[in-house]
Amino acid sequence: MSSGDTLVEVKDLKVEFDVREGIIKAVDGLSLTVKRGRTLGVIGESGCGKSMTARAILNMVPKPGKITGGEILYYRQVGGNGKPLITDVINITKLDPDGELIRQIRGGEIGMIFQEPMSSLTPVYTAGTHINEAVTLHRLIPIRKVGDQLVETIQAHRKVSKQEAREIAIEMLRKVGIPKPEQRVDAYPHQLSGGQRQRVMIAVALSCEPKMLIADEPTTALDVSIEAQILDLMRELQETVDMAIMFITHNLGVIAEMAEEIVVMYMGKQVEQASAVELFYEPQHPYTRALLQSIPHVGKKSRQRLASIAGMVPDPFHLPPGCVFHPRCSSFMPGKCDVIVPGWKQIGPNHWVRCLLYEEV
Amino acid sequence: MAQATTKGASETKKQVSQSYWSLVWWKFKKNKTAVVGGIILIVFYLCFVGLAEFLAPYSLERRSNYTEAPPQIIRFIDAQGKFHLRPFVYGLEKHIDQETRKRTFKEDPSRVYPIYFFVRREPYKLFGLFPTDIHLFGVDESDPAASIFIMGTDSNGRDYFSRILYGGRLSLMIGLLGQFLTLLLGCVLGVISGYYGGATDMFVQRTTEFLNAFPDIPLFMALAAAIPKHWSPVTVYFMLTIILAFVRWGGLARQVRGLILSLREREYVLAARSAGASDARLMFRHLLPGTMSHVIVIATLSIPGMILSETALSWLGLGLRPPLTSWGVLLQEAGTVYAIRYAPWLLWTIPFLLITILAYNMLGDGLRDAMDPYGGR
Amino acid sequence: MVAEPSPQDNILLDVRGLKKYFPIQRGLLRRTVGYVKAVDDVTFFVREGETLGLVGESGCGKTTAGRTIIRLYEPTAGSALFKTRLLSPDGSPQMVDLLKADKQQLKLLRQEIAMIFQDPINSLNPRMSVSDIIAEPLVIHGRGKGPEVEEIIVNLLERVGLRPEHMRRYPHEFSGGQRQRIGIARALALNPRLVICDEPVSALDVSIQAQTLNLLQDLQADFNLSYIFVAHDLSVVQHVSDRVAVMYVGKIVEMADAEELYINPLHPYTEALMSAVPKPDPLYKSERIVMQGDVADPSNPPPGCYFHPRCRYAVDICSKQTPEFRELRPDHFVACHRAEELQLRGV
Ligand SMILES: Nc1ncnc2c1ncn2[C@@H]1O[C@H](COP(=O)(O)OP(=O)(O)OP(=O)(O)O)[C@@H](O)[C@H]1O
Ligand SMILES: Nc1ncnc2c1ncn2[C@@H]1O[C@H](COP(=O)(O)OP(=O)(O)OP(=O)(O)O)[C@@H](O)[C@H]1O
Ligand SMILES: [Mg+2]
Ligand SMILES: [Mg+2]
Repeated sequence: MSSGDTLVEVKDLKVEFDVREGIIKAVDGLSLTVKRGRTLGVIGESGCGKSMTARAILNMVPKPGKITGGEILYYRQVGGNGKPLITDVINITKLDPDGELIRQIRGGEIGMIFQEPMSSLTPVYTAGTHINEAVTLHRLIPIRKVGDQLVETIQAHRKVSKQEAREIAIEMLRKVGIPKPEQRVDAYPHQLSGGQRQRVMIAVALSCEPKMLIADEPTTALDVSIEAQILDLMRELQETVDMAIMFITHNLGVIAEMAEEIVVMYMGKQVEQASAVELFYEPQHPYTRALLQSIPHVGKKSRQRLASIAGMVPDPFHLPPGCVFHPRCSSFMPGKCDVIVPGWKQIGPNHWVRCLLYEEV
Repeated sequence: MAQATTKGASETKKQVSQSYWSLVWWKFKKNKTAVVGGIILIVFYLCFVGLAEFLAPYSLERRSNYTEAPPQIIRFIDAQGKFHLRPFVYGLEKHIDQETRKRTFKEDPSRVYPIYFFVRREPYKLFGLFPTDIHLFGVDESDPAASIFIMGTDSNGRDYFSRILYGGRLSLMIGLLGQFLTLLLGCVLGVISGYYGGATDMFVQRTTEFLNAFPDIPLFMALAAAIPKHWSPVTVYFMLTIILAFVRWGGLARQVRGLILSLREREYVLAARSAGASDARLMFRHLLPGTMSHVIVIATLSIPGMILSETALSWLGLGLRPPLTSWGVLLQEAGTVYAIRYAPWLLWTIPFLLITILAYNMLGDGLRDAMDPYGGR
Repeated sequence: MVAEPSPQDNILLDVRGLKKYFPIQRGLLRRTVGYVKAVDDVTFFVREGETLGLVGESGCGKTTAGRTIIRLYEPTAGSALFKTRLLSPDGSPQMVDLLKADKQQLKLLRQEIAMIFQDPINSLNPRMSVSDIIAEPLVIHGRGKGPEVEEIIVNLLERVGLRPEHMRRYPHEFSGGQRQRIGIARALALNPRLVICDEPVSALDVSIQAQTLNLLQDLQADFNLSYIFVAHDLSVVQHVSDRVAVMYVGKIVEMADAEELYINPLHPYTEALMSAVPKPDPLYKSERIVMQGDVADPSNPPPGCYFHPRCRYAVDICSKQTPEFRELRPDHFVACHRAEELQLRGV
């Protein structure tokens, strides 16, 4: 695999939140590579920093968070259409978060679908906010029609007339399974159901045909049939425009279906990485194993309690020494796991793990 | 390890969380322009509203024989080129212009009046409470010809600097007071209109439209003309504030209503409703706080309008009347070609007015950005 | 399903013919030009201490149904009888129609019915600290003062797996999963008897999802709670539910015991839904039944059976006559003309 395949490379990323009680290390030394046209899945405990990683890639870590270390390289291809392809390497962490370049990339070249569509609704909608920016930052503005917001976003990233943009908008709404899209473009966000709002945001992200799509729990609000339809749509786009996908989800069923490669995160670090098949069939890290055991399986009906991982996520200000997972680990080795910090170890051709079980010490 | 724990323990003690307002403050502080605007306004309000008597060398109505005297420049170096540590002004000397037969004043370098600080002059009450007679500066008044008019005098021989200070008090207060009334009216009616909808909403909406449709000045004129002439100037002042608030609440009410309409559908409002919260609780605990940030911004940005309206009204002769003095009244006095030609120092009001308005806009813009601390990146 | 339930039955909530139409308004005069039939003749019941799962297409009216039952929306038609002891003077159980209760009754009844919302951040007021949020129902109903309330809050936080020191924080400082647990703690504050859970675990990661589901089940066992459990993850629904109702465009098309429904679905929509469940197995080849055509529009539903344009078994009658919601097998209700003859595939 040549480096020409690499689209985004995250190296030793650190994101910290400077709150008054101290510093929360939301992402703590994460490295991963997203390849053109491929799908990378990211799973892990809630609060382990998945969303922050995604936001860091777009240089939009919310305040008071900051990228405090590492780099994110975006291999941007310019040229084409007869001209030779040149790959420009852009370090996203170094860009001005309000600059022109990052705005072009956001939404235009790297699209995103964020968790909870209406949630990040601004408490204040200021007249100065550009619609397309609000929408690419994943907020639907409550008092504007959905269609207008879509159209302005499309126009900001593609050279089309207003009429064409509206047609694209309607077409996208149809593709994400919104009934009567010609009518629904004129609806206000609160008139849509939760899943419909989420689908509007998916339509926004896909309408600009991005090089990479960051999908942060895109389908949690959707029923399985529409979920399947949207996953199909993503794969279709992946083939036609060679789109890379970074897929973040809690739904192991979806990740099994979508991802080729999976990263498992815990407390801001990756603890295991492998191809999807290997990860599901031969999970190595005790956390991954516990994760796979804690899901209910359809068809196997039992009113028994689900296996859940013992204990709680540690307090970010009092991280346990050694391996951060050891207080909850079923294979805890006293005197070892609570002392030594495990390293990132390759245990197969395409399989890495961070666990002392696989380290000689 | 032991060290790490003690450090951890001390950290948990500061269990202060980042509330919304602390985040706003944190973000606001980073916007230098806005902070400068805020500081200017604090200084202005302190000087004009709080300390006018102390800063002004003369009282508002103190007349001198020097009518339309030009500003006396504060100097350190005298005609001989000698440096004085204590600043001084030259005395004023009368001239008669031979052509126009006009009486004018010129500075006379032979008479030097040193400036003294914290001098005892006319008594007043500081902040309306503490009787005192100390003024920031003045000249030795044992010589009856001594005077200090750093911004000149008006046609009645009154110190213009003192008048600007006193005038600023009324102008700045009318902005604040009027805006406060506007806020009260606008918020309450806006919330009620947005929350209840239906006929209430219709009524409030039509009223605001009616008020908005009227051009400001004729409405002002009509209302101001309705103020009986025999009312005391202070009553007129309060009436004027109320009129300004009354004319301007509509815009705010509409904005608040719009916000309430969108907030009403938020799930946290539904959650409170499903727990059985009363209408009042929903409106004032959940909905109104959600609009507050927006309202504060609008309010800040429209105070200058309020100040200007007062100025305009007074300038038209419909607002405050002497002996009350506001910037509007001062401008009215200065608003003749004659004044601009022969007594340009009477335009000193304008820079103060402009700085105030600019400062409000700087502050308002900063607030607008800061009020949205979760958003942004 | 025919007789009105009496207070002696173990039926906690009996919803019949529930309708909620949202007017579509156009133009300057806000003329009503039509209705979104978000909930259109929904009939179901919930027994005491059981969980009724509610699944269906996104936008089919699940949230609206839940909200109409607790009167966050004013119903268009129907009844929802709720068994309560709060309104009778001697404390004997009584069936009260929630949809006709007046303001005061409703306030009392709301102590017994709580709601967990779909969107964990949007359902928490960003201006209120976690302790204020959880205390709100207690304050509204005058339960306890200062330190007592604090104690209850600490207790609730621990029950849902948060730390007491989280009390002073604000919602935006939590991750999606943690926020949802704050919402659950709020819903449990008044010790309700019926909790309408609108996708309570969608935003949670699997291990916390497991914890939360276990928690909900423990609470159910401890307090004989009943749940209406809306979710999209069919494996989760199957895990928690005793019975499951499937909704399609404002109507319930099938309702049965959970196991029965998953193994022997009687409605083609249920079958299609079951076939689309993603399996946590990368080697599994999905045999998804692709539904043709557009999702039905609740403002202008097709004639006859709403599902017929997308149904691969549709025949003539389907487009002409609305199928009746009937009990085909004991406790297995379905609304399909061809339910008897079709052999449908379960999971
Ligand atoms: N504004 C904030 N202030 C303080 N800490 C924050 C803030 N936003 C996020 N965090 C912290 O950053 C960490 C990572 O959050 P992130 O949203 O990336 O989690 P996540 O993996 O996406 O979780 P989920 O699956 O629940 O969405 C969390 O521990 C959270 O507490
Ligand atoms: N306030 C409203 N005004 C008009 N139409 C509405 C309103 N609220 C919801 N609807 C419409 O009613 C239908 C049902 O919405 P509802 O929110 O109940 O769906 P849902 O089943 O909960 O979907 P999801 O699974 O996506 O949350 C949708 O078509 C939606 O567009
Ligand atoms: Mg997240
Ligand atoms: Mg819903």
